[in-house]
Amino acid sequence: MTTSPHTYADKAAEAAVRATPEPLVRRVRALSDKAIAWLFIAPTIALLLAINIFPLFWAIYLSFTNYRANRPNAEVKNVGLGNYSRVLNDPDIWASMQTTAHFVFWTILLQTVIGFALAYLIDRKFRGHAFWTTLILIPMMLSPAVVGNFWRFLYEPQIGLFAYAVSFLTGIPTSEIQMLGSVNLAPWAIIIVDTWMWTPYVMLICLAGLRSIPDYIYEAAEVDRASNWRQFWSITVPMALPFIMLAVLFRGIENFKMFDMVNLLTGGGPGSTTEVASITLKRDAFEAWATGRSSAFAIVLFVAVFGLANIYVKALNRVKQR
Amino acid sequence: MNDPVLTLQSPTLPPGRRPFFLRRGPMEAVAVTIIALGFLMLFQPFALVLYTYSLVTLLVGTFMFMIVSKFPE
Repeated sequence: MTTSPHTYADKAAEAAVRATPEPLVRRVRALSDKAIAWLFIAPTIALLLAINIFPLFWAIYLSFTNYRANRPNAEVKNVGLGNYSRVLNDPDIWASMQTTAHFVFWTILLQTVIGFALAYLIDRKFRGHAFWTTLILIPMMLSPAVVGNFWRFLYEPQIGLFAYAVSFLTGIPTSEIQMLGSVNLAPWAIIIVDTWMWTPYVMLICLAGLRSIPDYIYEAAEVDRASNWRQFWSITVPMALPFIMLAVLFRGIENFKMFDMVNLLTGGGPGSTTEVASITLKRDAFEAWATGRSSAFAIVLFVAVFGLANIYVKALNRVKQR
Repeated sequence: MNDPVLTLQSPTLPPGRRPFFLRRGPMEAVAVTIIALGFLMLFQPFALVLYTYSLVTLLVGTFMFMIVSKFPE
């Protein structure tokens, strides 16, 4: 005689009930499915509230006060919209916004173009493509602190490989290739490093998009004698577009908050040529100790990124509906 | 034999059609335009006054988007 799995399950359940103390059994039995579901997700929600939501509301509150973090015992006064007014009328902060826009525009443009081109090549599945994919992905896996430090060495005019390579190709003496010290070259030095590090990420997302295009569409296009150029613009690009937009959204949001790489490579210098918004924010918050004003500045950046995300989600939905 | 009588009717809106400012599609487009405008104002290098009013524009657009995106299609 065989025993069905149900019998085993029932026996196990009975054993569990017998082993559980009586009051707890009664309480658990009284809980609805919804209550149990809430019990499971409650710790995550509590953590999210503590780490994400509470600091946001706290920053909003601080942005309306004259609070200074280096004087915790000083009286905190409500200054209304004073901090916002100062942030939105300060020419230096305005200049840092323009630096941020320049940085975001070029990094996203380069990363999208190079990332998509690499994904298109990798998707050809040539011999050894898996090896090359792994090799290309390495920069993305490194810590920004590590990348910042070793690119500082690469950019060194006397001993840096970058300076030697440029000197070899152009004939300019290495001592004149001051990537981090030149007002004109420093912004591009950061753009090059960010592009080097995050292009693999864009490539990975674009590759997912390219791999999701069914082969039969290309086969139908072949039957219709569509050229490779026509297939690229009429099939590949439109079908990979939601993925490209997703990559642009993620990189756009990340690059608006860019801090670590700039801080390690130039620290905002020379002068203030590479002083992006997050560097100005850090100086305001932890060098000038104007916590209230820097909170207002942080909220302005948050609103900008939130608005941008709304536009992108709308665009993404429209592309997906096509 | 009598011919069937054909009558012309003026085109009417389908029943339950909402006015423009309560429709999701066009209002979302308006909200997105305001957000984009605010975004450009925040990062443009031409006039400080545009930068000053960028936050208000962004906030109006964002709140409008949050509200109108809840409208039925």
